[in-house]
Amino acid sequence: MLKKSVLCMIGLTLAGVAHAGWGINMPQGVTELSKETYDLHMKVFWVCVAIGVIVFGVMIYSIFAHRKSRGVTPATFSHSTTAEIIWTAVPVVILLALAIPTAKTLVRLEDSRDPDLTIVATGYQWKWHYQYQDEDLGFYSSLSRPSLEARRKQSGIDPFSVDNYLLDVDNPVVVPVNKKVRLLLTSNDVLHAWWVPDLAIKKDAIPGMINETWFKAEQVGTYRGQCAELCGKDHGYMPIVVEVVDEDAYQAWVDTRKADAPQLAAN
Amino acid sequence: MSTIAADVKDHAHDDHGPAKGYRRWLFATNHKDIGTMYLVFSFVMFLIGGLMALVIRSELAVPGLQFVHPEFFNQMTTMHALIMVFGAVMPAFVGLANWMIPMMIGAPDMALPRMNNWSFWILPVAFGILLSTLFMPGGAPASGWTMYPPLVLQTGDAFPFLIFSVHLMGISSIMGAINIIVTIMNMRTPEMSLLRMPIFVWTWLITAYLLIAVMPVLAGAVTMLLTDQFFGTSFFLAAGGGDPVMFQHIFWFFGHPEVYIMILPAFGVVSEIIPTFARKPLFGRDSMIYAASCIAFLSFIVWAHHMFTVGMPLSGQLFFMFATMLIAIPTGVKVFNWVATMWRGAMTFETPMLFALAFVFLFTIGGFSGLMLAITPADIQYHDSYFVVAHFHYVLVPGSIFAIMAGAYYWLPKWTGFMYNEALGKLHFWLSTIFVNLTFFPMHFLGLAGMPRRIPDYATQFADFNFIASIGAFGFGLSQLIFIWVLLTAKRGVPATDAVWDDPEGLEWTVPSPAPFHTFDTPPKLPAPKFG
Repeated sequence: MLKKSVLCMIGLTLAGVAHAGWGINMPQGVTELSKETYDLHMKVFWVCVAIGVIVFGVMIYSIFAHRKSRGVTPATFSHSTTAEIIWTAVPVVILLALAIPTAKTLVRLEDSRDPDLTIVATGYQWKWHYQYQDEDLGFYSSLSRPSLEARRKQSGIDPFSVDNYLLDVDNPVVVPVNKKVRLLLTSNDVLHAWWVPDLAIKKDAIPGMINETWFKAEQVGTYRGQCAELCGKDHGYMPIVVEVVDEDAYQAWVDTRKADAPQLAAN
Repeated sequence: MSTIAADVKDHAHDDHGPAKGYRRWLFATNHKDIGTMYLVFSFVMFLIGGLMALVIRSELAVPGLQFVHPEFFNQMTTMHALIMVFGAVMPAFVGLANWMIPMMIGAPDMALPRMNNWSFWILPVAFGILLSTLFMPGGAPASGWTMYPPLVLQTGDAFPFLIFSVHLMGISSIMGAINIIVTIMNMRTPEMSLLRMPIFVWTWLITAYLLIAVMPVLAGAVTMLLTDQFFGTSFFLAAGGGDPVMFQHIFWFFGHPEVYIMILPAFGVVSEIIPTFARKPLFGRDSMIYAASCIAFLSFIVWAHHMFTVGMPLSGQLFFMFATMLIAIPTGVKVFNWVATMWRGAMTFETPMLFALAFVFLFTIGGFSGLMLAITPADIQYHDSYFVVAHFHYVLVPGSIFAIMAGAYYWLPKWTGFMYNEALGKLHFWLSTIFVNLTFFPMHFLGLAGMPRRIPDYATQFADFNFIASIGAFGFGLSQLIFIWVLLTAKRGVPATDAVWDDPEGLEWTVPSPAPFHTFDTPPKLPAPKFG
């Protein structure tokens, strides 16, 4: 019975790995720093796995070998200065090996100087507003209509039938590829947080303060994220969509957007 | 002189046992009765908080909104956390402390028995108030147990009741902590030097100091929320020149030591149990004490690792990252010492030992994800995702709560005088362990794949793991009913011997089972240490 359930669980896990849709690991993302972040994550993960294999291995061996039912006599030792020095010193070395590359990445992550483009994102209960600083261009970005209808309690609409359920907006943020985009974050009411896993960015939007972060997407595509700081009842319904496009498409988008702006305002 | 002594002797308590009826409990001053009340109360809170968790897991079982509205979902996550932290885990450890510390150090009772009564009876009042907010206009608090402003200021009529109940919980904890410190410092049997104290007493002594240090900080933080809301101050309101982030600094200055308040006594319980069932002394006893003290000290200088996304200066982030990584060292020492205690022992696997072993395995997994969370750039991805939910549930459920269960099974025969039903205990253990992993392990994957915490509905790619977690949660919840059965049948087993287990170390095993209402009339002699 136990064997069966263990096999079943292993099977489930493997199926999960094979099934790309499940997603069991951090995305590598599309910026240099998101890849570095992923590498750090995997590095510390494997360190934990190695320590786990040793510690759990010794424990499991001990549980099988040093049990009373095998007729063993317990040892009486209770100290070993050598062992204790080793298992204090070795972790120190491992931690140093982790801390140094981590600090390097962190320093780069915090360096938002010389951006090509600055966008101010303002959190509202429960949508985002984006203002392109050099373009005189701004708009709200809210949960898209199909998700909005399906999300209602007992809506009768199957979430699986909605494209990008809860992760789609009416007006996505559009940015050019390979450009350093600086994001200035603030809020109009309560705390929010701007998170797009593929860009490896999460930063709080705080009323009365301006936070700063940046990304440089290296791949054209659409990247989705969500508000990550509890902001009230519709916290789960204020997604973020970033469309990374090439330079020409970006310029074209800016021009159309500006042309539409008076019309939008009139509406 | 001799007449006074004779008078005192005449006043001995052998003749009067506990008062009868409700007076025994309402006016209780006996550490055992108060300990029992704490334990029963915490178990009731565990079940109520667990029911709330099941509301959460029901809603999250499949995508779409089926059962509750988002605002009620947020009330459930908030109340679940407050009840589990302040109502279940903390009082359970105070209950174990009440029962065991006087018996372990050879004291007749706690040093301040009337304050002991008071510190317990505040709790039902505090949680009565907190639970009543569910029926108030605007509903219960829904801002998360962290109560971050400005969101918490949008709470409805429940707001002042939330603050008042947190104040009461703090007062109760502080009084409990004072009582424990005074008892340990003044009432040890004379031969017991500090370093000869049982390890559970040690970890509680450290915990009690942490409580005294940080509960007033929490009280201060919530009082500032109260004055911001009602008396026109602007501590945390940007519009009035205040700073919303300051609340987070103050809260986590309380909150991080609070984490260790919930785990240090668990370390103590496990450090008592493993030597007993490995039939071997605790490895590196002194270094265990130093490690616990070290963890307690570090807990005061790592709080901002809960806040890596608020926009701290680089130097601040680096400091809190390095300090946090340091915690891995004393924690590692503890785990290695437990393993070394098992090494070449002669182990048996009764229910307390099973829970203690599962604690070492699963708490270590929580420790690993803790180390991962210390890596700041990676934390920026993990923060406020289900990875964090997985992490803290691993250290709190198969961590703290398994240790409480282990302690309950370990000492139950001493409390009741009878052996509990071992088969039921093992069933409880195996089901709990399987389901706790089924519930919380998939949450690591969900978080890494990008699911934020505290959301009532989610994108469809998160559906499968959420469904598995919900099955696990119901299984875990139902498994706890077995424990009720164990408790109800606790007195049907064979009578327990004084030692209960196979020659365990400690004064509590030298007195009869069940322990007499007043344990020690005179300071007992310490038995010679078993292992020179």
